[in-house]
Amino acid sequence: MRFGVVVFPGSNCDHDAWYAVSHNLGQQAEYVWHGSEDLGGLDAVILPGGFSYGDYLRGGAIAKFSPVMAAVKRFAASGGLVIGICNGFQILVESGLLPGALITNRGLKFICRPVDVITATVNSPFTCAARPGQVIRAPIAHAEGCYYADERTLDELEAEDRVVFRYADNPNGSLRDIAGILSRERNVMGMMPHPERTSDPLMGSTDGLVVFQSMVTAMAAK
Amino acid sequence: MRARVYVSLKPTVLDPQGKTIHAALKGLGYTAISDVRQGKFFEIRIDPQTDPAALRKQIEQIARDVLANPVIEEYRVELLD
Repeated sequence: MRFGVVVFPGSNCDHDAWYAVSHNLGQQAEYVWHGSEDLGGLDAVILPGGFSYGDYLRGGAIAKFSPVMAAVKRFAASGGLVIGICNGFQILVESGLLPGALITNRGLKFICRPVDVITATVNSPFTCAARPGQVIRAPIAHAEGCYYADERTLDELEAEDRVVFRYADNPNGSLRDIAGILSRERNVMGMMPHPERTSDPLMGSTDGLVVFQSMVTAMAAK
Repeated sequence: MRARVYVSLKPTVLDPQGKTIHAALKGLGYTAISDVRQGKFFEIRIDPQTDPAALRKQIEQIARDVLANPVIEEYRVELLD
């Protein structure tokens, strides 16, 4: 399976994501520069964490206009798997590929620590290898990670089983404890915690690997 | 010519920075202040040759598509000579 890791100016989790899928899962992985207009036959796209374009204006607000995002939108529309982690999640909501927004943490602080998230659905290509309710301990590292959407959107996400991860102990004020959501077609997912930072035994935990493993499993089943 | 764009969080969206500033003002004894909302302000310089009607349309579009995120924010545009 060929993963593409998009590199924006200011991305800083791109190498970790690349390492998780290539070294830890033995898949092909390559970097895709933000100026690329073509994804060249990738099977899945990772929008990594970091501070794309310095997070100027809002997290993800400038990245959404980059040439690569037009390609990612076409890729998502054709059913391709897209995962956005942290800043990647912010880019996905700014781009309209996922609903809602990520706003300043309720406590105003940048939070960088491991949190427990509960797998809220296994009916997705990003969690199909997980057990229902599986707890994943992964770090969060964000100042703007408070998930916000209007009541109707939140109800819709829940009714359609599109909340993929919830915080066990909400660190940032996210509405309905949401840590990750799916697109309506379930092929686009955004999450604030960093599964790539818990993908190697040296990191003390391999909890996050199940997210990437699920993507491999889902692709193999296609 | 200049345009000003004011962007602020919708009233329904929590503004923890505004709340913190409000609490500080109360602490300073400004008891008459009932709420504070923090926002952003953009001052944009424009080529004076631009047609005013087209200009307003452009600035509105820039405010909606770039400067504000309509999911959480609202904006106001002012055109100055």
